[in-house]
Amino acid sequence: METSLDPGPPLLEVRGISKSFGAVRALQEVDFTLRAGEIHALLGENGAGKSTLIKVITGVFPRDAGVIRLGGEEVAPRSAKAALQAGIATVYQEVNLLPNLSVAQNLFLDRQPMRFGIVREGEMRRRAKALLAEFGLDIDVAAPLGNYSVAVQHVTAIARAIDLSARVLILDEPTASLDRHEVEILFGIMRQLAGRGIGIVFVSHFLDQVYEISDRITVLRNGRLVGERETASLPRLELIRMMLGRELAETTSTRASAGEHQAREVCASFENYGKAGYVAPFNLELRHGEVVGLAGLLGSGRTETARLVFGAERADRGQARVEGAPVRLQTPRDGVRHGFGYCPEERKTDGIVAELTVRENIVLALQAKRGLHRPLSRREQDEIAARYVRMLDIRPPDPERPVGLLSGGNQQKVLLARWLATSPRLLVLDEPTRGIDVGAHAEIIRLIRELCDDGLALLVISSELDEIVTYSDRVVVLRDRAHVEELTGEAIDVTNVLAAIAADGATLAHEGRA
Amino acid sequence: MTALLPRRGLAQIFALIVILAIDRAVSPQFFDLRLQDGRLFGSLIDVLNRGTPVALLSLGMVLVIATRGIDLSVGAVMAICGAIAASLADSHGLPVVLAAALGAGLVCGLWNGFLVAVLGMQPIVATLILMVAGRGIAQLITEGRIVTFSSPDLVWLGNGAILGLPVPVAIALGMLLLTGAVVRGSALGLLIEATGGNARASELAGVGTRAMILAVYVWCGVCAALAGVIAAADIMGADANNAGLWLELDAILAVVIGGTSLFGGRFSLVLAVLGALIIQTMNTGILLSGYPPEFNLLVKAVVVLAVLLLQSPKLSGLAGIATRLRGTKP
Repeated sequence: METSLDPGPPLLEVRGISKSFGAVRALQEVDFTLRAGEIHALLGENGAGKSTLIKVITGVFPRDAGVIRLGGEEVAPRSAKAALQAGIATVYQEVNLLPNLSVAQNLFLDRQPMRFGIVREGEMRRRAKALLAEFGLDIDVAAPLGNYSVAVQHVTAIARAIDLSARVLILDEPTASLDRHEVEILFGIMRQLAGRGIGIVFVSHFLDQVYEISDRITVLRNGRLVGERETASLPRLELIRMMLGRELAETTSTRASAGEHQAREVCASFENYGKAGYVAPFNLELRHGEVVGLAGLLGSGRTETARLVFGAERADRGQARVEGAPVRLQTPRDGVRHGFGYCPEERKTDGIVAELTVRENIVLALQAKRGLHRPLSRREQDEIAARYVRMLDIRPPDPERPVGLLSGGNQQKVLLARWLATSPRLLVLDEPTRGIDVGAHAEIIRLIRELCDDGLALLVISSELDEIVTYSDRVVVLRDRAHVEELTGEAIDVTNVLAAIAADGATLAHEGRA
Repeated sequence: MTALLPRRGLAQIFALIVILAIDRAVSPQFFDLRLQDGRLFGSLIDVLNRGTPVALLSLGMVLVIATRGIDLSVGAVMAICGAIAASLADSHGLPVVLAAALGAGLVCGLWNGFLVAVLGMQPIVATLILMVAGRGIAQLITEGRIVTFSSPDLVWLGNGAILGLPVPVAIALGMLLLTGAVVRGSALGLLIEATGGNARASELAGVGTRAMILAVYVWCGVCAALAGVIAAADIMGADANNAGLWLELDAILAVVIGGTSLFGGRFSLVLAVLGALIIQTMNTGILLSGYPPEFNLLVKAVVVLAVLLLQSPKLSGLAGIATRLRGTKP
């Protein structure tokens, strides 16, 4: 699928790469071409082979077959370090730098300017500052890297890679934990680097961003190349079809009318609930069979609201009620006891216990709820695990597999299963579809609707406004750690939510803090 | 109860068999057993008997390590509890002596657990406090002397026999079964593994992680107390300076040999005890071989390295790559 626009020999050429892990064929005869100065998106569902391809190119995994040419020369890096020396640098979603060292030390790790065997700190800092200035970053390079936001850490990692004279820069999900403004900064840097002739491979689940930044798109599915297209001439629907190999199921909106949900019984309510310096006091009613969406920018208090509601954080004012009766929610245990469940945003650090099996992860909350002295027998555990693996279509359908080996989407399903097993009355889902491929994404949204039809109350946080307006019966909009607006029924659409998020920022933000 | 049985214990069992075979080679009568005055004698029984203190310590230690902690104070707790038992032995009955010693162990465990679970101190630092202070406390109890006793009840605890087995071995076996029944018979095992695997996630799933952590340190203290009483009963006296000295390291080693990661999570009680037996089988073998005891430490290091290499996933990965490379060579 080479296009006639090809200006010269490609910067990076991958031909016929195959890679198997045991019986699993992760990559079969995959081709990939990266030109100098282009931003090339590498797309596919989880398990399509994107990460494997990157790891083969960077020498992390040995390849079974195929050739890699860099600037026409065949290369065979045997480690990430060798790849870096050849000019291929990778920046992963979880930045592989040392948060306890200073920014300057991270930039010059392994190659500090020395004199008489002593690191020249001053020189190093000056050069670090100059280097970061190229990327429009003016920060204290002597401070530990961990003090800075993920965005700054990403830029630092990229600056380090470029300073190591990388010609190919691979960015694996670089925007997953960045807010809109930070994404803009990163895109600016990417365009600047592309302008200098560096080839950039961009892996992302955010299709909007792919369309915004990339020149060309390569799609993988099930370890095979599906196609390579110019971004400008590839309609979004066509792209999704390439990624999924099937039509995306239409997400039908079955929103309850405003009158209907008033009639539903209140499951949990929060009056004047809040915590100083955390979230301004808010009123919130969650009804059975209703989805309440929390919308707002990153840092607007969405996650904070969720944690207060669940009991992961202690409120210092207000009253919580469950089915009308006043309750105290001081620890997650309290939340669990009252029939709440919480799928946190950070699946890996706050959700799964990676080493334990799918079965053990699923029964964990139920077992904690039942208490020590009422252990679930192995047979009960097996039954519960088998039921949810089937119901949520968790893959691979092996309850004895350590959950850390599953893909992000399946880990998310395991977490959902963990809470569903406790027969909750209220589920709080924080970014349930983040970092999940398109197929699982639609499935999780379908699940949210189904759960709700069964009488569960749901509080869902999402950055994807399209998504939130699709499934929510009500949308609470947050800004600057305060609830500023509640939209119901016909008023719920992207324009209104955006307007509420953006409206009159300065003055309201001020009131929000009060 | 299936989890009580070693599913992944092949490396440990293999190591134990190899060491036993070497012991048999250096000392032909190693497997000989004889019954005398209703008690079995022989090198094997000796291994079990001598291995009891570390086996008991490892029972507590493995649970602590499973929660991603460590308890450096167990040797000192042994000294404290041995000193208490020895001081009370000639003036009080065995139940009082045991209750006092085990109660002291429990308090020590509570202290450690309080520092780690409630105050959030790093386990290695928190337990270092009692490791240092404990020996001082033990010396205060014995007033700097070696306290001897002659209470037949307590002496029986160290030297008597039940159904032919030395009493310490029977106690250790009983503790293994008791711990196994409590941990795997209730949900404790799963919740401890979850806490060690990911404490934040477990907390959010409603697991009382603080209670778990407190509980394992308390149990570790009780196990150390029992080991201390047995060690004192064995020599009919309490030596505050030397009782249990460095045994915390052997206990940690036993747990690691037993395949439990110092990063917490999955644990096996049986394999930890097997680890303690591997260590003792080596010690006994070297003593029997007539080599100078200096060799003991070196040999120990080599065996530990071998067992850990056998367990290492990286090593099997390397072996796999080596085979593949050989396969692809023209």
